[in-house]
Amino acid sequence: MSKESQELISKRAAAELQPNSIVNLGIGIPTLVAKYVDSSSVYFHTENGMIGVSELTSEDDFDPSLVNAGKLPISEGIGASYFNSGESFAMIRGGHVNVAILGALQVDEQGLIANWAIPGQNIMGVGGAMDLLSGAQKVIVTTNHTSKKGESKIVKKCTYPITSLRKVDLIITELAVFEFSGGHMVLKELMPGVSLAEVKDKTEANFEISDSITILC
Amino acid sequence: MQKVKLVEEVINTIQSGDILMVGGFGLVGAPLTLIDELTRLDVNQLTIISNNLGEAGKGLGILLRQGKIKKAIGSYFTSNREVGDFYNQGKLDIQLMPQGTMSESIRAGGAGIGGYYTKTSAGTELAKGKEVREIDGELYVLEKPLKANVALVKAAKADKLGNLVYYKTARNFNPLMVTAADYVIAEVDEIVEVGELSPEEIVTPHLFVDAIVESKLILKKEGVVSK
Repeated sequence: MSKESQELISKRAAAELQPNSIVNLGIGIPTLVAKYVDSSSVYFHTENGMIGVSELTSEDDFDPSLVNAGKLPISEGIGASYFNSGESFAMIRGGHVNVAILGALQVDEQGLIANWAIPGQNIMGVGGAMDLLSGAQKVIVTTNHTSKKGESKIVKKCTYPITSLRKVDLIITELAVFEFSGGHMVLKELMPGVSLAEVKDKTEANFEISDSITILC
Repeated sequence: MQKVKLVEEVINTIQSGDILMVGGFGLVGAPLTLIDELTRLDVNQLTIISNNLGEAGKGLGILLRQGKIKKAIGSYFTSNREVGDFYNQGKLDIQLMPQGTMSESIRAGGAGIGGYYTKTSAGTELAKGKEVREIDGELYVLEKPLKANVALVKAAKADKLGNLVYYKTARNFNPLMVTAADYVIAEVDEIVEVGELSPEEIVTPHLFVDAIVESKLILKKEGVVSK
């Protein structure tokens, strides 16, 4: 996926974050969201045991014992705190984290997400994905619209193993933004320069089109 | 009671067939000196409870290469590609757990809890074969506690009684694992006299810790180096 697409998606996801919210960022595109948010306005939580994650100010100046869930070096914001993994997941499962932004292999028209295992391959990692789905108040999926093979990742029904019975709230791709409303997937926005025809062509899932559809520019 | 011990001496507590808990999130907060010493100990058939199995040929990844590990219980083995190879060759059993379930099961193990219900993994492949129960209209999965014969943990500082303080995100699973094993060895970068740590700053009270060793290997920007 191009850098421009990643930037587009992460900027759009950043715009979803309310001031003072507690936000957990997954690995990949979600991590980039932090670049477009003033870290003094939201509190980033990382499941390996910290609230108050801040971006590194210099690539050379890092502490090897201070990392995020993707094991990338981070820095400590003002008011930050550390805690053990058990407490960290109590925050997640207990509904104390306002928003989780996650990547996906597939999302289906019901809002179910598959983001941890590929059929036919060894299942070697799940990390905190299932916990975040079960407990975060709002789940935003950031993903490219199609796979590397060109297949739609927004599908009728997940064919990959699902991560949770809990349904996601919002999907942001380089083409469009979908929200789930009353059990239906609704196209809410088109990304700049993207036509409705292109979204229809690249989306396997059935979706409704919002009356107040926005075309971003 | 003298808890401060030599690494070479205390490592002999570990026997073939033991279940070990090993702290750390990747190499961060992993007891690198104890793991290194374990690579020289003649044991096998170990069950390792740790979030990852290090990286290929690093940390716990060395023990895997040596064929000392029978089973791995953790949440994310993707960071060591050799784990899949050993699994495919039938040389390694794997129990994959959601990270929050793994940490809560360790907490339960240390707190005398016989099991608990969690929403995490309900309706997924990881809940297969587990008891599922509806509570207030939602599905929950029964998870059992995790316990170990020996826990190898990393802290920043210990006093000679075994009170521990941690450093930044190197804390992770360590304060949970100290509670859930029969014998707990804490590797620390600094050992101070009793009374030098403020009671307010102590994260792990000394009753959980059986032995303290001073680290020889530490994690620096350039990787794992001698202290």
